[in-house]
Amino acid sequence: MPKDHGIGASSKRREDVRFLTGAGQYTDDINVQGQTYVHFIRSDVAHGRINGINTSAAEAMPGVIRIFTGADFEGIGGLPCGWQVTDRHGEPMKEPAHPVLAQGKVRHVGDPIAAVVAESYAKARDAAEAVEVDIEELPAAIDMKAALEGNAPKVHDDLADNLCYDWAFGSDAAEVDAAFSNAAHVTTLELVNQRLVANPMEPRVAVGDFSRATDESTLYTTSQNPHVIRLLMGAFVLGIPEHKLRVVAPDVGGGFGSKIFHYAEEAFCTFAARQINRPVKWTASRSEAFLSDAQGRDHVTKIELALDADNNFTALRTETYANMGAYLSTFAPSVPTWLHGTLMAGNYKTPLIHVNVKAVFTNTVPVDAYRGAGRPEATYQLERVIDKAARERGVDPIALRRQNFVTEFPYATPVAVEYDTGDYVATMDKLEEIADIAGFEARRKESEARGKLRGLGVNCYIEACGIAPSNLVGQLGARAGLYDAATVRVNATGTISVMVGAHSHGQGHETAFPQVVAEMLGIDESMIDIVHGDSSKIPFGMGTYGSRSIAVCGSAMVRATEKIIAKAKKIAAHLMEASEADIGIKDGQFTVAGTDKSVAWGDVTLAAYVPHNYPLEEIEPGLEETAFYDPSNFTYPAGAYACEVEVDPDTGKVTVERFAAADDFGNIINPMIVDGQVHGGIGQGIGQALMENCAYDENGQLISASYMDYAMPRADDVPFYTVDHSCQTPCTHNPLGVKGCGEAGAIGSPPAVINAVVDALQSAGHNVTHIDMPASPQRVWAAMQG
Amino acid sequence: MTTVSMTVNGKPVSAEAEGRTLLVEFLRDGLHLTGTHVGCDTSQCGACVVHVNGEAVKACTMFAQEAEGAEVTTIEGMANADGSLNVIQQAFQDHHGLQCGFCTPGMVMSAAALLKENPKPSEAEIRDYLEGNICRCTGYHNIVKAILAASGQDVGAIAAE
Amino acid sequence: MYAFDFEKPSTVADAVAALKAEEAQPLGGGQTLIPTLKQRLAMPSKLVSLTGIDEMKGVCVADDGAVCIGGATPHAVVAREAAKSYPALASLAANIGDPAVRNRGTIGGSLANNDPSACYPAAALGSGATIVTNAREIAADDYFQGMFATALDEGEIITEVRFPVPEKAAYMKFEQPASRFALTAVFVAKYADGVRVAVTGASEEGVFRWTEAEEALSSNFSPDAVAGLSVPADGMIGDLHGTPAYRAHLVGVMTKRAVAAAG
Repeated sequence: MPKDHGIGASSKRREDVRFLTGAGQYTDDINVQGQTYVHFIRSDVAHGRINGINTSAAEAMPGVIRIFTGADFEGIGGLPCGWQVTDRHGEPMKEPAHPVLAQGKVRHVGDPIAAVVAESYAKARDAAEAVEVDIEELPAAIDMKAALEGNAPKVHDDLADNLCYDWAFGSDAAEVDAAFSNAAHVTTLELVNQRLVANPMEPRVAVGDFSRATDESTLYTTSQNPHVIRLLMGAFVLGIPEHKLRVVAPDVGGGFGSKIFHYAEEAFCTFAARQINRPVKWTASRSEAFLSDAQGRDHVTKIELALDADNNFTALRTETYANMGAYLSTFAPSVPTWLHGTLMAGNYKTPLIHVNVKAVFTNTVPVDAYRGAGRPEATYQLERVIDKAARERGVDPIALRRQNFVTEFPYATPVAVEYDTGDYVATMDKLEEIADIAGFEARRKESEARGKLRGLGVNCYIEACGIAPSNLVGQLGARAGLYDAATVRVNATGTISVMVGAHSHGQGHETAFPQVVAEMLGIDESMIDIVHGDSSKIPFGMGTYGSRSIAVCGSAMVRATEKIIAKAKKIAAHLMEASEADIGIKDGQFTVAGTDKSVAWGDVTLAAYVPHNYPLEEIEPGLEETAFYDPSNFTYPAGAYACEVEVDPDTGKVTVERFAAADDFGNIINPMIVDGQVHGGIGQGIGQALMENCAYDENGQLISASYMDYAMPRADDVPFYTVDHSCQTPCTHNPLGVKGCGEAGAIGSPPAVINAVVDALQSAGHNVTHIDMPASPQRVWAAMQG
Repeated sequence: MTTVSMTVNGKPVSAEAEGRTLLVEFLRDGLHLTGTHVGCDTSQCGACVVHVNGEAVKACTMFAQEAEGAEVTTIEGMANADGSLNVIQQAFQDHHGLQCGFCTPGMVMSAAALLKENPKPSEAEIRDYLEGNICRCTGYHNIVKAILAASGQDVGAIAAE
Repeated sequence: MYAFDFEKPSTVADAVAALKAEEAQPLGGGQTLIPTLKQRLAMPSKLVSLTGIDEMKGVCVADDGAVCIGGATPHAVVAREAAKSYPALASLAANIGDPAVRNRGTIGGSLANNDPSACYPAAALGSGATIVTNAREIAADDYFQGMFATALDEGEIITEVRFPVPEKAAYMKFEQPASRFALTAVFVAKYADGVRVAVTGASEEGVFRWTEAEEALSSNFSPDAVAGLSVPADGMIGDLHGTPAYRAHLVGVMTKRAVAAAG
């Protein structure tokens, strides 16, 4: 019987009631008395020099309160980068200034130039048209490789060139080269991991408020991590100390990474509210989101795999160009390096691995983490090159993978990380079962009878989640710690508020986190509420990204709850006149070992707040505990995915017919929510593989700048998915044994789809060894034409 | 400015609107019914779907003045009279058909319109009908499942949870 | 959006009068015009809504058998009410946009806009329809004049569209994956006096008739009849979603499929 409450139960989500009745409170639903509205004037050229901005006519227009330009931000900090990568020569990366409003130059289409604050959005936009901006258009650097050539236009005049860093990592390059020289076979693949737009359905919104009475600024914002925004904006941009700055992220309509970062609009609204002494609100349109949300992926890679005569992997070598866009977004430098290079071993015991990454500035929107962030790029190239190797060697791609699996744990890879647990054989066995791999040939024949080509693609993935230990990431260049925090506040009647640093924007924390506390205390989940998203209510928090919430913040919550239990036991021991060592807790009752004495949870909590009969000389009244948790390692979810596609040979259209995912997430808190996370990740992965493409033309204009051209997966683009997470090797180093599940689907699915497309085409005799994403109908058709 | 009157969720309402005021702005800003969301500006995401005279429309692609005299239903008007979730809403909760909740009001309104015209839709009919509602969180699996369940069909055989 | 006045007349005559104002513009279902206005790509002084004009709504069959559709009839109504009288047309209407768009968007609005990727222009041209306005009747062959260009004069309103009903017809659309407009789509209709083939989504000149296929199909209405034919890639639209060569190829594929579907 599945559990119906506590850890492992598919508890229905309590937050759903407000979302299903229109009672959710998203940032755009917040209106502050006296608020004004800002419209940003953005660059319509990719690269240009601002020769002048004339705001005088616009300032005279109805409803205009004030117009800000870059001059208003002179002497104020720019947007900071939170991660400093050191290059292969030991030099720090190039770190150009990132002003809130453009200073002298614009560097991508969408770069904010000026901001019109008015009594309504319509008036602000009306007035914006009267602002005269004199821009001299300059040649733009758009293509990454071209941007590194000597004659390329420079994105930043104060830098020598457009290279942000040239990073190398892993085994000794000479040893790797030697292994390639001695290889029986080398498989080489050049591929593109195309640029994507995260596209959470809620566009970004910021509302800045300022109280002259308390000198306190408040920012309501669509963020995955309000404390991080408070830290970055307060300390680096605006110089507002933490105790005078409150950041609130209420209900947030999805993030997928794009709402981690500190954006110019947040700083602007907070700054402008102080300047004009009125609240300032900004609501992005979707069109604006396409030009101002940090984008994802955008790697161009050459990967080479060396095999010995028995098809054992002997070495791996990769060279990647990673697009940073025009400025360094908050965590951009870490994505192609520490979140990508460290995952190149995948699930395999390849002994020698060398990774080289060149990060490049271009006149495009900044690129940063998007669901998976670095790990999808690593997985895609590795699993594609293995598939290609299997075909070149004439061996079964599943067998080739199995032969090279890591099977003993812990396993130290040649790329720095140490996998604590895993069972890749088990997830592959499970996949073969749930995907009915054995039945594929019959399904292929059935498809062929209907004139369709059918292909099967299989791959594995591993990811590193719960980004971790602060002392390690500090050495790697992180400018923040990566712990998390939780406060468990037990009220007198026994109800509990848990203030957590993680932020829920779809992940169901409000339901899943109480399941853990309820399990530990043996009380009903309904007695426990989660408080998140407000820097004034919770102790601290690094927020939600990198599938870290339950592994890191959940662990902090467990530690705080353990402190609660320890103190409550002292109180219970006092109430029952027993020894603290004999006190147990079960089903909401404190018991004394070897006796039938018990005292209820509520009696203990009441005693803590009404301490008439209480060990005051020993412990303080009250029952509230805080814990900070800093993990000792990453967690390593892993799994195996299978996709079956049909290709219409007349049009090149690919349809996903079946998709199966066997994941190992360690222990599971709420299976229903975990399934949902995997479904969503697979949906996005199919989107990347077949549909989505954030494309710029040679002048730096975004071609896919709305849903008219950026192909978002719809309900009829995807099938039902078969997902399974019964293979569970618990994480060895966090108290819940959990690994995290938020990104797996997006990491594991793109190679499965492309492997399947290639398989389908080869089944019909087409000599297609690779097709770049998205495998759109026209690309597939063109590939079939040879 | 013109005064626009309509019936929203069974209640007669009036508020000021310009010619360019969209129905969704009238609902959100004028009536403070913020359950109807705006997720795009090209009429595609469907977060703003409401019913006008019983038909699903995108409230971001209709002017408030076009709804003069109309019967409008928004997500705030969908629950049962006693405040409990209606069959579709309950199915979305039971089958985890939502995550961040932003597209959800539009999804529920579209699902209600579908089930009105097709009480027992097939999986393919549901997916086809949802062409104008984009969800970025769920991969649609549990949305389709929830609508099948809301129509009284057995979803036990559908893969996974 | 820029500010404008809004007017919703209840007769064609009132609408025509209202449209005489400087920079006044008619508003059909608004499913294309409103997004355009949001981008500030149009600046009307006044929008004249045509959706309150009862005489411009509905589907009926004329004495000569033609299916007559009021200019302000939404796609969803055409999908329902023309299902018996002209199934291929109803099926086309049932696949424009999405359900919410079909409840607002109108046939008159679609034809007046003449988006090169829209569906209705293919039906009108492929059926040899007559575009009826407040002022005159225009044959489809004379009506479409290139991308977003039509024979309509300023202030002229499509009040009705008359479709002669063919013996057989079908519309096959290959969707652009993002917008779901036609990347290339073909309407094929077989009449007693010959076959008409109209192609949308493909050409830089907007909807066009593929006369070579019409001739071949008029003598042999089967997919095989067009198997050896192709349209040149020159003049086809090239964009992120399809090169001119790909679109030219799809014209052939969709024509064959439409003929097969027409039966």
